[in-house]
Amino acid sequence: MSTAVIALEDVTKTKGPGVGAAWEPRIVAFFCNWCTYTASDLAGTARLTYDPNAPVIRVMCSGRVDPQFVLRALGEGADGVLIGGCHPGDCHYQEGNYKTLRRFKLLKKVLGQLGVEDERVRLEWISASEGDRVQHAINDMTNQLRRLGPFAQRGASHA
Amino acid sequence: MPEKPKVAFYWCASCGGCEEAVVDLAEDILKVVEAVDIVLWPVALDFKKKDVEAMPDNSIAVAFINGAVRMSEQEEWVHMLRRKSQLVVAFGSCAHLGGIPGLANFTNKAEIFANSYFDVPSVDNPGRVVPLEKSGGNGETLTLPEFFDTVRALDQVIPVDYYLPGCAPPKDLIMNAVTAILTGQLPPKGTVLSPSKAACDVCPRKDSKPDKIEIAEIKRITTSIPDPEKCFLAQGYVCMGPATRSGCGERCIHGNMPCRGCFGPPDGVYDQGAKFLSAFASLLTAKTDEEIDALIDQIPDPAGTFYRFSLPTSIMQRKRTRVES
Repeated sequence: MSTAVIALEDVTKTKGPGVGAAWEPRIVAFFCNWCTYTASDLAGTARLTYDPNAPVIRVMCSGRVDPQFVLRALGEGADGVLIGGCHPGDCHYQEGNYKTLRRFKLLKKVLGQLGVEDERVRLEWISASEGDRVQHAINDMTNQLRRLGPFAQRGASHA
Repeated sequence: MPEKPKVAFYWCASCGGCEEAVVDLAEDILKVVEAVDIVLWPVALDFKKKDVEAMPDNSIAVAFINGAVRMSEQEEWVHMLRRKSQLVVAFGSCAHLGGIPGLANFTNKAEIFANSYFDVPSVDNPGRVVPLEKSGGNGETLTLPEFFDTVRALDQVIPVDYYLPGCAPPKDLIMNAVTAILTGQLPPKGTVLSPSKAACDVCPRKDSKPDKIEIAEIKRITTSIPDPEKCFLAQGYVCMGPATRSGCGERCIHGNMPCRGCFGPPDGVYDQGAKFLSAFASLLTAKTDEEIDALIDQIPDPAGTFYRFSLPTSIMQRKRTRVES
């Protein structure tokens, strides 16, 4: 089992913010090492504040985000998944983010057929210098999911 | 003379093809019958539920159960067979993964009933009659099993010891499994009794696979005939080989049909559809939003195609429906 999967289990089992108070969405964020993760570092250095709803898992490339990770996060209690990678043409590994985009689009089509709302899985291209876009993406997605409500309650019963 | 081990065959939500697979053992079935006592086999022998109920617990050496669990009667039967049997083998794709009946998890009971009893053009049902779990009159009550919203694989209902994959399982895997059980040479419990390599690894068309597969156009077997020698993916057909366990004998490939994934994922893959999606999307040549959208629009039903046999045992298990509060 890859480290990303182990980390994912930790993240989805951690109690979300605001437990005991109002319900708060939990987002699992997969950020690429070279762009979006660096941007979130920059957001921190610049003291930009944003909702604490999206623990970040660093992956070497957004192309490393196996669609199984996304499903597993949702299956284990996340309300949304945010994937962050380099802008097209800027991938550290040349082609990784194009693969991400193709997988993401096909996965969204599959998720739509499975009744998973569009807002729950999101892809953002954020370069290393765009800390403000990390702030915006996380805040915006958290707000959308607050309106949408928890994911797990939407499952049908077995019987 | 010592008593022969008792063997049971049972079917749940299935097409009957798995029963056929047992009959297809041909002369080999005589070896099986020589070595065991078949105590339950609804397709061929007349045993009733009360006959099985009367057997002591753990008295059946092994129960081969095929089919998914879609109704309460099947649930009752498999619980009873679990009590009566030392080993339970999930036989075939439906018991193993949910199978074709598991595609019903894209919908639910209400929608299925509405379609089958009201909406189908050939149905004339002005009284809007549907099967009821309890009905009757004149002091009589008739009962029918409950129809579940969600189809489940066998191990989502009872503990399963081994899995024989395939739609239907091929003869050699069945004989290997029976021999292993009779001689007590069994792998650890939970094993899928088929090699864990991906189907592409043993594909007869393996040598025709280019170093880098690039798909610029997606083809469908309904509208074109594949080249009988060349790798299906290299031709642009959706072939589930990369995310599917081998051991099937490549029957579909020999019939010029791409792999549809009936053997389920290899060990270590926990969502066959997502894993295939991952592999397939990376082979597409499209780069821009428009190009990618145009290309994936050529797959009319990706979820049904990638999860054709494994939806109930996938991570999502079924389509989410809105719970009204």
